[in-house]
Amino acid sequence: MAATNIEVWQRATVVESVLVAANIRRIVLAPALPKRAEPGSHIDLYTTITGERQKRSYSVVDSTEDGTRVAISVLQAPLSRGGSIFMHGLQPGDTLEITQPLQNFPLRVGAPSYVLLAGGIGVTAIVNMARVLKSLGASYTLVYAARSRERMAYLPELLALHGDNLRVHIDDEGSELSVADLVAGVDPAAELYMCGPIRLMDAVRRAWRDREVNETNLRFETFGNSGWYDPEEFIVRVPRLGVETRVPAGRSMLEALEDAGVEMMFDCRKGECGLCEVKVLALEGAIDHRDVFYSERQQHAAEKICCCVSRAVTSATGLQADAARGGPAILTIGVS
Amino acid sequence: MTIIQTTSSTTNKVLNYPLNTWYVAAWDHEVTRTLISRTVADKPLAIYRTEDGRPVALADACWHRLAPLSQGKVLTRDEIQCPYHGIVYNSAGRCVSMPAQETINPSATVPSYPVVERHRFLWVWLGDATLANPDTIPDMHQMDHPEWAGDGLTIPVTCNYQLVLDNLMDLTHEEFVHGSSIGQAELSESDFEVTHDDTTVTVSRWMHNIDAPPFWLKNMRDKFPDFTGKVDRWQIIHFEAPSTICIDVGVAKAGTGAPEGDRSQGVNGYVMNTITPETARSAHYFWAFMRNYRLESQLITSQLRAGVSGVFKEDEDMLLAQQTAIDANPDYEFYNLNIDAGGLWVRRLIERMLEAEGRPVSAGRAGRLSTAN
Ligand code: FES
Ligand code: FES
Ligand SMILES: [Fe+2]
Repeated sequence: MAATNIEVWQRATVVESVLVAANIRRIVLAPALPKRAEPGSHIDLYTTITGERQKRSYSVVDSTEDGTRVAISVLQAPLSRGGSIFMHGLQPGDTLEITQPLQNFPLRVGAPSYVLLAGGIGVTAIVNMARVLKSLGASYTLVYAARSRERMAYLPELLALHGDNLRVHIDDEGSELSVADLVAGVDPAAELYMCGPIRLMDAVRRAWRDREVNETNLRFETFGNSGWYDPEEFIVRVPRLGVETRVPAGRSMLEALEDAGVEMMFDCRKGECGLCEVKVLALEGAIDHRDVFYSERQQHAAEKICCCVSRAVTSATGLQADAARGGPAILTIGVS
Repeated sequence: MTIIQTTSSTTNKVLNYPLNTWYVAAWDHEVTRTLISRTVADKPLAIYRTEDGRPVALADACWHRLAPLSQGKVLTRDEIQCPYHGIVYNSAGRCVSMPAQETINPSATVPSYPVVERHRFLWVWLGDATLANPDTIPDMHQMDHPEWAGDGLTIPVTCNYQLVLDNLMDLTHEEFVHGSSIGQAELSESDFEVTHDDTTVTVSRWMHNIDAPPFWLKNMRDKFPDFTGKVDRWQIIHFEAPSTICIDVGVAKAGTGAPEGDRSQGVNGYVMNTITPETARSAHYFWAFMRNYRLESQLITSQLRAGVSGVFKEDEDMLLAQQTAIDANPDYEFYNLNIDAGGLWVRRLIERMLEAEGRPVSAGRAGRLSTAN
């Protein structure tokens, strides 16, 4: 039901931009048409990347009660698609086009208990949920995992607010998260909300399924921007249309095909709906499935992929050196 | 040109409704393993009970193509299936099966609203769920208390809910609208007292040493078969925001101490009313008449329900005529009389709730018309 998700585009002014962790900026926006942000909501906005407007989604970390201030946080990834570089360059007083808070990841009030799992920058989707659960007096555990402490945005604030309800796992401090232990320890009636890298979320989803607890009690949001491998440039071919084009590391296959003039069908552009599906006709390299539309079986079969998020890489080990041949991966597809 | 809008609800003819509150969506007996559709505060709901008896209210529009879920099927456990392409949802509104694919789109949910079954009604909260506190459900305990007996019905009224509240907060209309049953001239002649706090308004009226009107004479004789003579009559109207009104009514043999608190020589009823806005111009008016004498008599329960039904039909006719006149005369305002004090406090409390939610006080002129019940 899309009622709360009709996009109302508006101007927003940047009122603050500060570093809150290594490469993570907290950006506070003042929207022209304020609306309170529910926990789990995100905004869409337009970035300008080499002169071109591109839509990006960011979770709302917090907002004022009346919605006049909305904070997001942006990780500048070295291999980013360019959007995060634009975002990090924003200065107070700059304006950009944003939507009102949109909701695809609602927090259900009334569950017997909750586990919130944040991996790295995924914490941005979880902060507001944790705050609301705390103020409701709900029974909850907040699990926050990252590779290193300096990459963890909002850690001091979360520690101060959630105290013993917060469990922190940091890889390079030897306290890395065991997904198996985490999932095994979750109360069968609890709801688990998570946001983080796809490896983490896949592992949790698998452990959850194996445990045969209520599947819908596992809630997650994916913006389709993390995969099993770092993005590489690859080549996509559409023989029927005589198209061959490069997909740069910072751009999706869907975008590259559109750039090449191929008329594509899509909806969510984040690997959920399956509308951007293309057929795999031939492949030199390996596929990095980044969607949640296909089952594991289907992803394994690698007959079709969601081109809005999924990519080709040179080798299944993720190391260029292991590639069967030199040069980029080549993916030959059929489009509808 | 600037347009200046007044927001004073005291002259507002089509009052908006708060959302951060509990509204009755249905009687307990209406909620079964068969889906029903009911619109509350402009939100269509699909209402049913799970296998273990829990009531559920989901938005009545499928995530996929908005087909009405209320036309779908109740499945096992807590699940229902969309009638169109078969998506299955659980009671939390979450998709548990997408027939055409192997996975479930994580965004596929429909809103599931907090519900509480209490006082023989199903109460639903449509606003911010983090504020939904069942302790704020209005006190209607007479509905299912062992010391009270009675029953009621629902009237689908095609007027703004506020007109019903106005009607119940000032009972001088009884003389003119209900002349053959409960009306009498003393109603307009007697004094009344109004008090209020943050969430309630009370209007009390006592009429001393008067003839009992036909409805009350019959009730007195149900309890005191030989009764003749004068009575002291009372009407104590308790409003609880935003739209529940319980009226303590009764008569006692004149001079036997009822005004001082001894009601033993009289008969006492409670007119339970809770009015749920459906659209700007329609409402579900849930009512019951509860009594605390002759509890054993189902005959009296049926007679009272039929009698009050007849009285409320007279109100309904007036309310519809009033709404029609309001809409036909958009340039004319309401004016207020001294007798409207209770109703005006009601409006002011509702106006405050709306302001706290940051929502307009007026539902405007272009409200949707009633949909069938
Ligand atoms: S557009 Fe929805 S999965 Fe690609
Ligand atoms: S409209 Fe409900 S499944 Fe398609
Ligand atoms: Fe009446």
